[in-house]
Amino acid sequence: MINETEKMIIAGAKLLPTDTAIYVGTGMPLLASILALKTHAPNLLFVYEGGGVGGQPSGRLPIQVSESLTYEQGTIVGSIDYVMSLAQAGWIQYGFLGGAQIDIYGNLNTTIIGDWEKPKVRLPGSGGGADIASFCEKTIILMRQDKYKFVKEVDFLTSPGYLTGDNSRDDVGLPRNTGPYRVITQLGIYGFDEVTKKLTLLQLFEGCTLDDVQENSSFPIAIANDWSYLPPPTAEEVTALRKLDPHGLVIG
Amino acid sequence: MSEKNKNKIHGWVHPDDMRAYRLKHKSMVKKNKLTTLSEAIKNGVKSNDYLVLGGFGAVRNPMAAVYEIIRQEINDLTLGGKASQNDANVLIASGNVTQIEVAYAFADEIRGLSRPARAAVESGRLKVLSEMTNAGFQWRFTAAMKGLSFYPTRTSIGTDTLHYSGSKTITDPFTNKPIELLPACHPDVAIIHVHRADKYGNCQIDGNVTIDVEIAHAAKHLIITAEEIVSDEVITNDPALTKIPFFVVDSVVEVPFGSHPNQVPGLYSFDENQWQIWLDASLDDKKIKDYLTTYIHETNDHYDYLDKIGSIKVLHELQKIEKGLSPYPKVARRG
Repeated sequence: MINETEKMIIAGAKLLPTDTAIYVGTGMPLLASILALKTHAPNLLFVYEGGGVGGQPSGRLPIQVSESLTYEQGTIVGSIDYVMSLAQAGWIQYGFLGGAQIDIYGNLNTTIIGDWEKPKVRLPGSGGGADIASFCEKTIILMRQDKYKFVKEVDFLTSPGYLTGDNSRDDVGLPRNTGPYRVITQLGIYGFDEVTKKLTLLQLFEGCTLDDVQENSSFPIAIANDWSYLPPPTAEEVTALRKLDPHGLVIG
Repeated sequence: MSEKNKNKIHGWVHPDDMRAYRLKHKSMVKKNKLTTLSEAIKNGVKSNDYLVLGGFGAVRNPMAAVYEIIRQEINDLTLGGKASQNDANVLIASGNVTQIEVAYAFADEIRGLSRPARAAVESGRLKVLSEMTNAGFQWRFTAAMKGLSFYPTRTSIGTDTLHYSGSKTITDPFTNKPIELLPACHPDVAIIHVHRADKYGNCQIDGNVTIDVEIAHAAKHLIITAEEIVSDEVITNDPALTKIPFFVVDSVVEVPFGSHPNQVPGLYSFDENQWQIWLDASLDDKKIKDYLTTYIHETNDHYDYLDKIGSIKVLHELQKIEKGLSPYPKVARRG
């Protein structure tokens, strides 16, 4: 029986093309990226914000974005300045993000719940999240979906999605042709409308319904005319994933 | 020019004032700067200082120095939370930090969120001064190293992260689009842990240099802790390997296993056993107090601490794990 985390990671891996550089963080993003590397995308170039580029880790999953394993059998190891400059200059096309809250334009909150001056819950902050969200051509957001996570207005806009929609992202000065590409939740995969930049359902996981999508969001979600069901993960994909995380560090 | 910064700028100094400071306090003459950890911390870290710790995440952190700050009860520190994890979380849990600038803090990456660090903010005991991104904090130190008052970037324009960062938005005179100016950051004191240094403070770092070259040049006072003090020739034989030069350094201390329980790339791995003990303790205030008492307050120095965590048997195993000669143990996580 495949769990929701495994389902989301496999879906994330399949979205990655074969000829790109990806900004990876530890946890689900790393597992999705390594799964893609071991299956359909053997040339995927990993960039870690700790400074490692092109690492081909063996043995275990890196648990820190700056540890030596991130540049094992790699290409170059630099600094935070080096990899962040690569990102700002457009060398890193893809990136994964997560969040505690998301709004209809893909803006993310990883900073606080409540009021910034006196937060109810303090979260880690941007880290490299807002950098990835600002600089990568296509970001893929992996997060669970419910009414408290899919919100009308994020409590704190940590990382930029399409801001207030339409051309607002370009207008404020963020790099052209960047922004959220897909959102993967336990229910399905979403994209963003080309003009309005509003979140739109593209695909559902089997067993989930259009009602589930709306019931687990505080904002209305558009449904693509040609929406479809995702093909279920194959036994080979599930086996490959579990082999990468034998102790269930990420997949539970 | 529109000023969106809501918060006061911390750590910023006029570049000319920094030039004058360096002229007065730094020397271009090679001097023996070797001292003990106790002396280096006593003379270098004062209450109310703005402190920045080197390394990134839980890799190559000056943990021995963190423990010594706790032993000496140096309080009311302002911390630069630049991808800060175990170093910051221990220092916050022990109550030595009252203010923090945050790019990333209050968590240990895959190991989970840090309860005591979050509780410190949520209770008001720890004040968050500003928010920024990992690139943003890096480039604040870059500006400081380059003798500039700001660094321009396009990261996070249009976000609350920028709004609370102390940065300013102007129109880029070339593109005519908005651009963000990050204020330079000059910590009062920085502590950086390196693989090897000579007695003058010339440092070699293997692998990832993280933000440490810039932090070393940005800080007013710089303490180096090194796994090993090497002879002068190790530096002069291959100056291309020098990442931090002696003239920015104020004191040098030899501290083997100075990053324990964290990693030093190529030398030793994370101590997952000690990590689990800390993570278990961090679930409860009383247990945190016991942990700090056992491992820090009741140990006289770092050698004493190393004896307590298992001494040579444990440390040698961590070296073997890092070299791939022993299997990696179960990864510690917050329960």
